[in-house]
Amino acid sequence: MRRYTPKDDVQKKAYYTDRFWVAPQVPKFDVSDDEVFTADLEAIKAEYEVLEAYIQVEQMVVYIEPEDNFNVLKLMKEQLEYTQLSEMSAIDWLADKGGFEVFYQMLSMNKRKRIRVKCFIEENQAVESVEKLFRSADWSEREMYDMFGIKVNNHPFFKRILMPDDWEGYPLLKTYPLQGDEFASWYEVDKIFGKEARDVIGPEIRDSAAVDRYDTKRFSHLGHEVPYGADISEGEPDASPLPQEEGGVFLIEKFNLEESVVISDRDR
Amino acid sequence: MAQHQVNFTQNGGLPVALTSVDKVVNWGRSNSLWALTYGLACCGIEMMASGASRYDFDRFGTIFRSSPRQADIMIVAGTLTKKHAEFIRRLYDQMTEPKWVISMGSCANTGGMFNTYATVQGVDRVIPVDLYLPGCAPRPETLQYAVMMLQKKIRREKADKSQKPKRLM
Repeated sequence: MRRYTPKDDVQKKAYYTDRFWVAPQVPKFDVSDDEVFTADLEAIKAEYEVLEAYIQVEQMVVYIEPEDNFNVLKLMKEQLEYTQLSEMSAIDWLADKGGFEVFYQMLSMNKRKRIRVKCFIEENQAVESVEKLFRSADWSEREMYDMFGIKVNNHPFFKRILMPDDWEGYPLLKTYPLQGDEFASWYEVDKIFGKEARDVIGPEIRDSAAVDRYDTKRFSHLGHEVPYGADISEGEPDASPLPQEEGGVFLIEKFNLEESVVISDRDR
Repeated sequence: MAQHQVNFTQNGGLPVALTSVDKVVNWGRSNSLWALTYGLACCGIEMMASGASRYDFDRFGTIFRSSPRQADIMIVAGTLTKKHAEFIRRLYDQMTEPKWVISMGSCANTGGMFNTYATVQGVDRVIPVDLYLPGCAPRPETLQYAVMMLQKKIRREKADKSQKPKRLM
């Protein structure tokens, strides 16, 4: 079991301190331990600059210059048999290093090897699209833009993929507020009814433990139906929880519990 | 020419029933509640099960329609995201009066477990709701109960009531 640390003021603390559990680093090995990776790295190094390379969890991680990303992936696809781009996205390092780490997870079915190509970009620096090499990058790059705001050059259909087109902010940034963002909390009200409706509808309740016993604007209790917004602090009139009126319903047979049948055979 | 005296007001006299207009109209409205197919998440699976053969809502006149123009009630079954909020409002506006809304499940009622920036915290922020159905997800029997309670509510209404806009705007 993980060691317990008090989490009373965890929301007040700054990001990147103790807020998230920091996993210990998995040991890194030299690329020369694996002859397939050694050959691959030599082929990449022959044409493009490699900043760092190591093996971690039986996968090679290669750091390249962000300007070379298309060419390196093209080389890997056409000459090194890494024919699949299984995943790509980015990591937010804005607070620590002032930029993002974009990664491309490559898979070779022939070699049974995986390589992760990484490049570090500054804030507001764009990367080149690899959609012409891998169709899977189409949505991944759109998601990367949607979640981090990283621009991708020469993408065929570059727009947000998950969030609405007029959404402000990029939700996967570590600085994105989880609660209390004015734009996000009023989004549907502003869009459908306009800002002047905020007073009528009221702020959204994000406290998941909020229970208001006397709230008749949202719910009424079963068996205690009251008009909208009525004051029930003095008690509330009883109403029948039965789905049919006591005196029967016009043209409808009265439901009789004694005559009803409970089916016990599950296979029926 | 009938040789015997017929008491029209008694059962078995002739197929004639005397009642008020309100009751006839509300009988018609409450027993043919055509629901808009509005499954947004896992509650939608329960709603589909309610319409399928084992629970068979068709028996009770609740027939699922794919067009808001043919629907009387909207069963909001599932999580409403903020991206989708404008579409649910548009579909609600496209439904013809009189119309009713059942908010099915915790997510539609309050946002449920999705206490996030991207989820509408209750569909009643966007459309007026007649009946909140708790559960995560409610069983088909529970949805049946909700529909029957809504029928009871409809029977209480005046048939000729002016169609004033409901409380949300």
